[in-house]
Amino acid sequence: MAADNDVIVVGAGLVGSAVAYGLLRQGLRVAMLDEGDVAFRASRGNFGLVWVQGKGYGCSPYARWSLASARLWPAFAAALLEETGVNVELVQNGGFHFCLTEAEFFERRERLQWLQAEVGPEYGFEMLGQASLRSRLPGVGPGVTGASYTSMDGHVNPLKLFHALHKACLGRGAALHGNRRVNDIRYADGGFTVTTSRGALSAPRLVLAAGLGNKVLADKVGLYAPVEPNQGQVLVGERIAPFLRNPTIYVRQTDEGTIQIGDSMEDCGYNDTTRTEVLAKIAARAIVCFPQLANLNIVRCWAALRVMSPDGFPIYQESTTCPGAFVTTCHSGVTLAAAHAQRIAPWIAGLSRPEELDVFSGERFLDPHREFHNDH
Amino acid sequence: MTTNAFSVLPGAVSTSLVNLTFNGQLRRVPAGISVAAALLGSGEMRLRSSPVSGAPRAPYCMMGVCFECLVEIDGVPNRQGCLISVQDGMQVRSQEGRAQLAQQQEPHEHA
Repeated sequence: MAADNDVIVVGAGLVGSAVAYGLLRQGLRVAMLDEGDVAFRASRGNFGLVWVQGKGYGCSPYARWSLASARLWPAFAAALLEETGVNVELVQNGGFHFCLTEAEFFERRERLQWLQAEVGPEYGFEMLGQASLRSRLPGVGPGVTGASYTSMDGHVNPLKLFHALHKACLGRGAALHGNRRVNDIRYADGGFTVTTSRGALSAPRLVLAAGLGNKVLADKVGLYAPVEPNQGQVLVGERIAPFLRNPTIYVRQTDEGTIQIGDSMEDCGYNDTTRTEVLAKIAARAIVCFPQLANLNIVRCWAALRVMSPDGFPIYQESTTCPGAFVTTCHSGVTLAAAHAQRIAPWIAGLSRPEELDVFSGERFLDPHREFHNDH
Repeated sequence: MTTNAFSVLPGAVSTSLVNLTFNGQLRRVPAGISVAAALLGSGEMRLRSSPVSGAPRAPYCMMGVCFECLVEIDGVPNRQGCLISVQDGMQVRSQEGRAQLAQQQEPHEHA
């Protein structure tokens, strides 16, 4: 049967939409399948950082990959603005990672020194003691030992990014199918047939960008993506006058004045409900960072699930047994959105494979001699 | 001059009245109702301006969800008018754009 689409993208969150957008820019006809509002959506629960510093400790290709994406971000955001009119509020004016103890401060320096040695001198960072931190970021509390700062970091409005990507995909003619849970995938005669809760679609190429759903779906096309949920809870405060210019690891202020406070990390299965004691800890830590926040009204809080591989790094791979099937999965769908659109999509479309990807095959997790842990 | 879109239903509220001020103007309002209801009932349609666009805003959901009814009450910004009962002597001001985050109170030195 003749396919109407060149590619089916399973998952229309930030990862799937960014890849789909890139594929559309390559001139391919794309169908996007979205599970619906019952899905666990990291795309709607995340913290919105475009973040480089500290990532890839022990795996420098991931550091380079994150840095490369951060550098692609300005052009990516500009393209989205031009074709959708949606400003995703990208600000890349440098970010601060707070250290609340001496031990954290030394560990942080060691981590960034290792990364700088691996990545090169362009991986610039500063370790700021309490006095210099407080002169750079007024309002930081006396309970903060210090911070690392890099000019590489920034943030966006992740909901506007999500909206912009969907709008851009639709504007370029993508078929976006909502409420389509994928039940099965069959590979035959060089093509894929995807059976959903409402009908089947076929295409010669397939991208799995279904977040936590990739774990089950990858297996159907000879790929391996053993991702597990890791829960994060965040709080959102009222809109207030500008108080924090730069993004920080625990607190940021959006263009529109909203304060977002993160975050927790818990392995508690497919559970996306908040717990008061976790939220209280997050709030208390934010007040240590910025004592003034004790007077902030909280207007919302939520939990969402990160998509975590056993080592915390992404999985990008084409199937050898079902060529044309690709898996893309990561827990940094915002930071990596630019790379997904501008580097991953061309590879999936048949152009050259980004050389950074060598280490991100899912098969690394099948090596019995390796042990994995993630510290994200 | 628009007519009052909202009015207090007869028999629905206490007949005793309290005094509050809105942007400095005295209002006599029924005791026991919310600040948002009291202001709507006294003819006030603009309680704040949007911190993003500056557009005028009025209470909408009246049940604590939409945050359209934000006002400054007794000097504290961004209070939800629909969740707070009127008190005699209350000073209410419209919430104009973004609030300034109140300064953190210094630790008590007199304790």
